Parts: sequence; structure tokens; C-alpha cells
Amino acid sequence: MRDVEMMTGNTAAAWAARLADVDYIPAYPITPQTEIIETLAKWINEGVMKAKLVQLESEHSMLTAAGTASLAGARVFTSTSSQGLLYGFEMLYNIAGWRAPMVLVNVSRAVAAPITLEPDHNDVLSARDSGFMQFHAERCQDVLDLVLMAYRVSEDRRVMLPSIVNMDGFYLSFTREPVGLLDKEEVAEFLPPYSHPQAFKARRHVVKGPAVIGGHLYTFFKHNIHESITRAAQVFDEAAEKFQSITGRKLEAVEGFLLDDAEYVLVITNSFTTTAKRAVVKLREKGVPAGLAKVVMLRPFPAKIIVEKLKNRKAVAVFDQNISQGFGGIIYSETAAALYHVKNRPETLLSVVGGLGGKFTTLEEFEYVFSLLANPDKVGAGKPLFLFRKDELRDVERAMKLAGVEGEM
Amino acid sequence: METRFKTLREFPLDEYLSPGATMCAGCGGMIVLRIFHKALGGNVVIVNAAGCLTLLQVYPYTPLKSSWMYTAFASAPAGAQGIRDALDILMEKGKLPQGEDLKVVVLTGDGAAYDIGLQSSSGAIERGLDFYYLVYDNEAYGNTGFQRSGATPFGSSTTTTPPTNLNPAGYSGMKKDLFEIWRSHNPPYLATIAPSHVVDMLRKIETASGFRGPKLFISLSPCPTGWGFDPSETIKLSRLAVECGVWPLKEAVYGKVRHTVVPKVLKPVEEYLRRQNRYAHLFTPTRQEEAINFIQEKVNEYWLKVSATEGHEVIKPINLAEKQTE
Repeated sequence: MRDVEMMTGNTAAAWAARLADVDYIPAYPITPQTEIIETLAKWINEGVMKAKLVQLESEHSMLTAAGTASLAGARVFTSTSSQGLLYGFEMLYNIAGWRAPMVLVNVSRAVAAPITLEPDHNDVLSARDSGFMQFHAERCQDVLDLVLMAYRVSEDRRVMLPSIVNMDGFYLSFTREPVGLLDKEEVAEFLPPYSHPQAFKARRHVVKGPAVIGGHLYTFFKHNIHESITRAAQVFDEAAEKFQSITGRKLEAVEGFLLDDAEYVLVITNSFTTTAKRAVVKLREKGVPAGLAKVVMLRPFPAKIIVEKLKNRKAVAVFDQNISQGFGGIIYSETAAALYHVKNRPETLLSVVGGLGGKFTTLEEFEYVFSLLANPDKVGAGKPLFLFRKDELRDVERAMKLAGVEGEM
Repeated sequence: METRFKTLREFPLDEYLSPGATMCAGCGGMIVLRIFHKALGGNVVIVNAAGCLTLLQVYPYTPLKSSWMYTAFASAPAGAQGIRDALDILMEKGKLPQGEDLKVVVLTGDGAAYDIGLQSSSGAIERGLDFYYLVYDNEAYGNTGFQRSGATPFGSSTTTTPPTNLNPAGYSGMKKDLFEIWRSHNPPYLATIAPSHVVDMLRKIETASGFRGPKLFISLSPCPTGWGFDPSETIKLSRLAVECGVWPLKEAVYGKVRHTVVPKVLKPVEEYLRRQNRYAHLFTPTRQEEAINFIQEKVNEYWLKVSATEGHEVIKPINLAEKQTE
């Protein structure tokens, strides 16, 4: 086991690619992801890492090259953010449909317009239905660990699908935290070499991406992906067990925090989890039976585990750092669907939307959410609750006044 | 340069494209693909963008004795980049024997090459990617029913540029000069080809294969359904396009242009236009003299310039020569 080093989330992602001995890195710059490809380019050019990094002319091309390189037998790593993910979006469905395993690190950044830099999860959740698996990181250590896990799960012959590992821009990408690395032997033990069973080679004729005529064939192949990605949940658990035996670090599809006797539970993903955990601890000190469930694996959606963690609770809030316009929180709807058929489901399921565009969510706001769970009558059922502080409202009013906007907001 | 292709007798007999593929009868693109493949041999992966020829591969059938990668409309060159890079790095790392290497060929129509994929081909050429690019140019979006593309020439009727009283000439813009756009990237090899000129085509592919880097081919692809002519006339139309000077056959080695077929007598463009329904509105119910002359003038201008820069003798069609002396 190597020493623990201080590094940013971006550096942790680059380290994961280096440890995985990736062959190919198609790249394209976008804030806040760029540091990842810069780090890899530096290592490759210094000769400490043997891989080919090619800067493409767009994310659409970058993802195309990533997919075809994987089908030619290369282990592929790439990363992007926000607009970049959306610009290349068409290729996500293609890469999954080609059954091309690879890992894409998405450094979350809210989507324009208005254009901004800080994170929310509308970018990554837009890829929810594509056939990519999704693993979301709370800390820089998770970034490293989940990338390695993602390779193992993606390349497993029972799965053969690509993965996205998500980290929050700025909150993780540019924040230095202690990260424990693995040495070469440990990686070799955890991650077998990649090979594609029908890679492009001389004298072997392979057709990738043919058309199908007829919905029955289309449905068959789509269902096939669904079966494989569903199966990935079990493959993830096996990989996590192996990973723990090597590193001592436990990775779970859904991580519980002070859940055992919790009556009020917050469901959350990504880096705000750290603040929310502090709120839980604080409430526990006051005698409130609070707990938290962090969803790490968004796809395949771990419905069964979520049900196990949430049934018999008094009230549950789902914190969504995203907004499905005209509906509300995305993970809220998935959680609700998972709970629908459970007899002893919580009576209250509150949808909370916050952190859009990286808007900071304070400890007090999380405490406020828990206070609502204890008094659910105060909350309109089924309506998303938007977290917005008075000081923030004052700042918006000031900005609008400066912009010359008259009248009521 | 020494060549193994002097006459049609040297036409390679190996076939990589089986009969019975699902293209239209008389498809110019198919003829070019067949010949192109003969020249390259079998160790090929064809990287395709959305277009007519995408439908060569309809699961579970393939007419090709080579590998195929369908990407997306805009990014076939990037798909080629991924495969080329993967093969290179795997061989470099000793994970793939050198004998398993493949030629990477991008195959797209004009919609992908001139329009939606222009960015990705520009990127691939600029990076010096070692690949072949074959464009089958039928001068419109053929697979979706013949809408205007960046390759549509002036005067062509398409389903999105229908000739009407308000717009009698059909398409009023000019065909994009992809040859010059690509030439500005200074690729090792770039050429135009036509299915009627097989020996010229074979020699060009042979020349190209001596270079490492982008090897780019733009082929005229007469389209019976879109252009409106009998499928038996594909080669005749291709030949007329060359003889009327509408489709110049040329190559550029590291940017230096040479015309490989120079018509000694330039036939009037009318001979080419008249045979296609897409230009029928230029002749009936009333003859659109101005539009026809405009097309002829552009062809004349082109060849006058070629004659001046390359020292060829080209005889212009008489009617326009008279017009110019007036």
C-alpha cells in the first residue's frame, strides 16, 4: 500500500487512469475538467506513463474516438464536463450500444443558459438513460477508487458497458484532500488486463454498429443492455469486496450513515453529502434520530438497497442537486418509484432541490430539511421544496436592480 | 511514377463486395466503393457516417469482406482516429502483433463530408491521421430523399430547393469546394475520382498508398433516383461530367495540384444537364438561358485558370467563346 498523498479530485482521476494503465485518452478541454487531461499529458510526455493522448476537435469527436478505440481493444479513459457532455451526447448512446467498455469522468458543472462554472447534476443525469453506468463521488478518494472499480465492472464480460464516474466541479475537482494510492501489484491483482472479444484485427471481419430494421431487433438489443447493466449491480458488489480486501476501503452502491435507528433520513449524492453528514451528527447530538443514505451507484439504480435502507422510516427527504423542469428532482422520482410497492414505506417523502449552479447548501439548511421531516404537515406533498436563503434573495434583488429590472420579481 | 495500372486489363479480380447489397440499381457510390476496395485489399476497416451506404450493413447481413464501424453522422473521421490510435498504441505496447494492423478507411457521403462532419475531417487531417477518406458525392442528402447539401451545385432541383416561379433556377447557391478546403490543410494526398475513369482511380489509390497521413478522395457519384436518370446511364453521366468539365479529375500531393484528365475539347455542359431530371426545369417549359450560361461560364472560368496555371490546352465550347468575344 502506497502512502497517502494530498491531491485534487482532478489529480485523483488522472492517477486512477495512470494506475489502470490505460492505453488511450482522447481529450478536449473544458472547465473544470481540464486539469485531468493536462496532468495525463504531462505524465505521458515525461515518459512516466505509456499511453496515447490525442486532443480531438470536440467532445463529440472525442467520445466517438473513445468508443471505437475501445472496440479496437484499447483501455480508454476520457473526461469532460457539462456542455461538453451534452455536445457529445449522441455518442453516449452509441458507445453503450456498441458495448464498448471505457471510463468517462464527468466533472459536474451546471448547464447553460445561463452559462456558469459551478456544479449541479443536470449534466451527468442527462446521461442517465444512455446505458452508461454511473458512479458518484463524495470525496477525492472516491474518485480514484470508483474509476478503478468502474474499469473492472465495465470490462467484466457479464457487463461490457461504459461507465461515468462523477465528481463535483470545484467542490472536488480543485479541492485537495488526502488520497491513498495503490501500488502496481495491488492494481494488477484487482484489475485484469482489458481485451475485447471481437476487437478489430487483420483477417477478422467484424461489423460494429449495423442498422436494424424492425422494432423487435431494436428492442432485443436494448433489452440486452438493460439486462447487462442490471447485472452490473452484482458485479459491482463482487468488485467492491475484492477492492476492500486489497485496500481496506469499503465501497457500497448505497452508503448508509447513522442509519441503524434513524427515523428521519436524507437521500443525497456527491460532495454535499459531507455537509449533510455533519448536520446528521449535530442533530444526533441533540437527540434527533437523523440518518443519511448516500447513493453512489446511480445506474444501475440500486432500488432494492434503497428500499432496504428506507423502509420503516418515519420520513425521508431526497436532496436533488438537479431540476427536471416541470417536474422537480430526478432522484426523488426514482426513489419514489422504488418505494411505491413497499408496504412499510415512509409516510412522508419530501423532494428538496438545492445546490443548482453550485449554490452552497449550508449545514443549517440541511438541519432545516430534517426539521421539516419531523413536521411533514408544513410541507406541500409532492411539490419540490427549493432551498433559497434570504441573504441570497437579497443579492439577487440587488443584481436585478443593477441590471435595471423594474417591478416585482 | 511506376504503376501497375496501365489499362483496364490490370483491374484487380479480387472482390470484397458481394452482389445483392441493398443499394439502388446504378448507384455510383457502390461502384466506387467496389473499385476502391479492390485497390486497397481486404485488411481494411471501413468507418462510416450516416448515409446511403450505411444501409449496406443491416443486421445480420453484410456484403463486405472487411470490417465495418458505423459511427454517427458527424464523426466518422474521429471514429477512424480512435481505431488508428488504438492499433498504434497496442502495437507499441506489444499488446497487438504488427501483422494484425489494418488500413483505416472513412466512407461517407457528401452530407457528412461537406456539412455536418466538416469539423471532424478537418481535425483528423490537421492531426495527420494515417487514413483514407472516400467521399461518395451525389450532391445532396440522398438517403433522406434528396435534400440540398453543401455539395449541391447551382441550378439543381432538390426537395428543399424546388424550382418555382419565385425561384426558377432551383438551388441558387454554389457547390462548396471541398477539394480546396481540404487542400488548405496540406494533406499528403488528395484527389477527385469518378466511376467512369477506373484506371485513373486505381492509379490514384496506388499513389496515395505510398504516403503516410491523410489520403483523401472525393468521388462523383451519379445517383439515379436523386438526379433522375436511368440506372444504366450511371457511367455515361460520370463520363459526361468529366468531359463537360463539370467534374475535374485532379490530384494534389502536399498541396501541389495536377489535373490527371484534361478534356481536349470541352463538351457543352448542356449535354450533361439535359440527361438529368434535377436540371429539367432549366429546359422546360421554358429554356432558362441565363442559368445554363452561368453554369457554363463557371466551368469555362475554371478550365481557363487550369490552362493558365498548368499549361494545358483546353478548347472551350463554341457558343460561349462567341459570347465572350461580343
